[in-house]
Amino acid sequence: MLRYLLRRLAYVAPIAVGVTLIVFLLVHIAPGDPISAILPDDASAEMVAEARREYGLDKPLPVQYGIWLWRAAQGELGTSIRSGRTVASELSMAVGNTFILAVASGLLACVFGVALGLVAGLARDRIADHVTSLVTLAGVSLPHYWVAILLVIVFAVENPWLPPLGIGPDTSDGWRPDWAHLQHLILPAIATALIPMAVIARTMRASVIEALDQDFVTTLHAKGLLPGRRLWHVLRNALPTTLAVTGLQLGNMLGGSVLVETVFAWPGTGFLLANAIFQRDLPVLQGTMLVLSLFFVVLNLAVDLLQSWADPRIRRA
Amino acid sequence: MSATVAMPAKAPGTGYWRGVGRRFARQPLAMAAAMVLLVVVLSAIGADWIAPADPFQTSVSRRLAAIGTPGRWLGGDELGRDMLSRLIHGGRVSLAMAIVPVAVALVIGGFLGVLAGYAGGAVNMAIMRVMDVFYAYPSILLAVAIAGALGPGMVNGMVALTLVFVAPIARVAESVTTQVRANDYVVAARLSGAPTSMILRRHVLNNVAGPVLVFAASQVSVSIIAASGLSFLGLGVSPPQADWGLMLSALRQALYVNPWVAALPGAAIFLCSMAVNIVSDGIRRAMELRR
Repeated sequence: MLRYLLRRLAYVAPIAVGVTLIVFLLVHIAPGDPISAILPDDASAEMVAEARREYGLDKPLPVQYGIWLWRAAQGELGTSIRSGRTVASELSMAVGNTFILAVASGLLACVFGVALGLVAGLARDRIADHVTSLVTLAGVSLPHYWVAILLVIVFAVENPWLPPLGIGPDTSDGWRPDWAHLQHLILPAIATALIPMAVIARTMRASVIEALDQDFVTTLHAKGLLPGRRLWHVLRNALPTTLAVTGLQLGNMLGGSVLVETVFAWPGTGFLLANAIFQRDLPVLQGTMLVLSLFFVVLNLAVDLLQSWADPRIRRA
Repeated sequence: MSATVAMPAKAPGTGYWRGVGRRFARQPLAMAAAMVLLVVVLSAIGADWIAPADPFQTSVSRRLAAIGTPGRWLGGDELGRDMLSRLIHGGRVSLAMAIVPVAVALVIGGFLGVLAGYAGGAVNMAIMRVMDVFYAYPSILLAVAIAGALGPGMVNGMVALTLVFVAPIARVAESVTTQVRANDYVVAARLSGAPTSMILRRHVLNNVAGPVLVFAASQVSVSIIAASGLSFLGLGVSPPQADWGLMLSALRQALYVNPWVAALPGAAIFLCSMAVNIVSDGIRRAMELRR
């Protein structure tokens, strides 16, 4: 297991470096001088030169990357051009809020995805399977921002049951585990969870069917093993693939949260990113992307390890 | 190795594709989805002739007209423009913004993937590790970030989407090429001194094209959602030109006045994306490919 871990780390480390490089370059593919985005339009030539030195923009690009990476590693991600606060402090609020949303929707997606897929797989080619397959096919084709709007229409506009916007009665606050805040969580969590749920269900269905087709299940059946015990063996064979897909989906969920959080004005990383883009706040854009993409890399690594723990055959491959 | 392996396997020819077409036609759901796509694509191409009204003609009295209003059969938007005509014209922009990036990525990613798969070794390593980096981002997040850095605009949006789709397509092309390259008939062709260009054209591309095309087709459904998502965030096309994503975003303000008209552009995105998914599933099944 340790050797596998080291091998995965050796594979992931260069990717992580590459990811930071792309995030760094984001600011440099932006049209115009990065300085002009930082300073007010009427800045004097001295101010421009001063800022250029301060941000290290007078140095060659590889050196700039080194400096930026070194600072980022220490948590210095620069200052927001719009709010004047440090990017790190803007992010710490947002990351917490996104985390709440991710946990809630991740749970929804996993529980319902695995259950639906299992039902469909066990009922293969019967009506329950066809219905589930059609629903999940629709699910993977849903634009999540549209789902978010539909949810608002049904549960906030037509029937005023749930609040359509914000994180709680008082938006400046973070999320708290009480009923008022829970109500605000319901719609964003469902909107974020639907697509991953459909993908997880599809994968789960395919892996259950594959597991059921294997000879050992027939053998267990012939041996007279109780259905419940047999199900356990099927599950154990179906779960590793589903787990891998689930991890990827949780990452994609983070990507999708840019749009869902925008619709619900949920003050998380996605909302922060969308606002940063809208206001051309490049330091915030860069910092948010750095955190999100590195999290995605770590998540993938974790899924890999978890998968190899669940299925020892992977370690030897 | 026995001496008889030099028989080249028959590369997929016209007979193969005719069989695929026949097996596709036997799937009612896939055929229905293909019809839907055909109607959408044709109406997008012929938008100027098909749309019942001028999509830019505003009308104060028909602002947010309900569905079924005479002259505004699918309702009016926030400026009283005809929703049906705008949906038809918007489809042209949405489809172009979704299909062009995948097509360009197919060329770039296909080339890189086949090169990496056929060359193997250090070339493979260099190309695929770079692809891994791009693959490390959730696709919509990467598209939003690149388009956000480049600034709003339809071309910038398409550039961002292209960059997103190169890596997954290259991955598929690479893995299929690696498999094909190891086949006995390719090894035999190489040993018998066939020129590389001939092997690539005759054996590799012929076998790789199918799976890669099907994968690229399935990516169009992701692309439709992502392209409209960019416009929804204000990163794609700019007004008065409008695609479904921008229409959806503009109508959000009308949510409390006429919610069902406001939801229409999203339904169009969903319908197209689902139709593409069903069709590419159907083709895959007809080609008898796994996964």
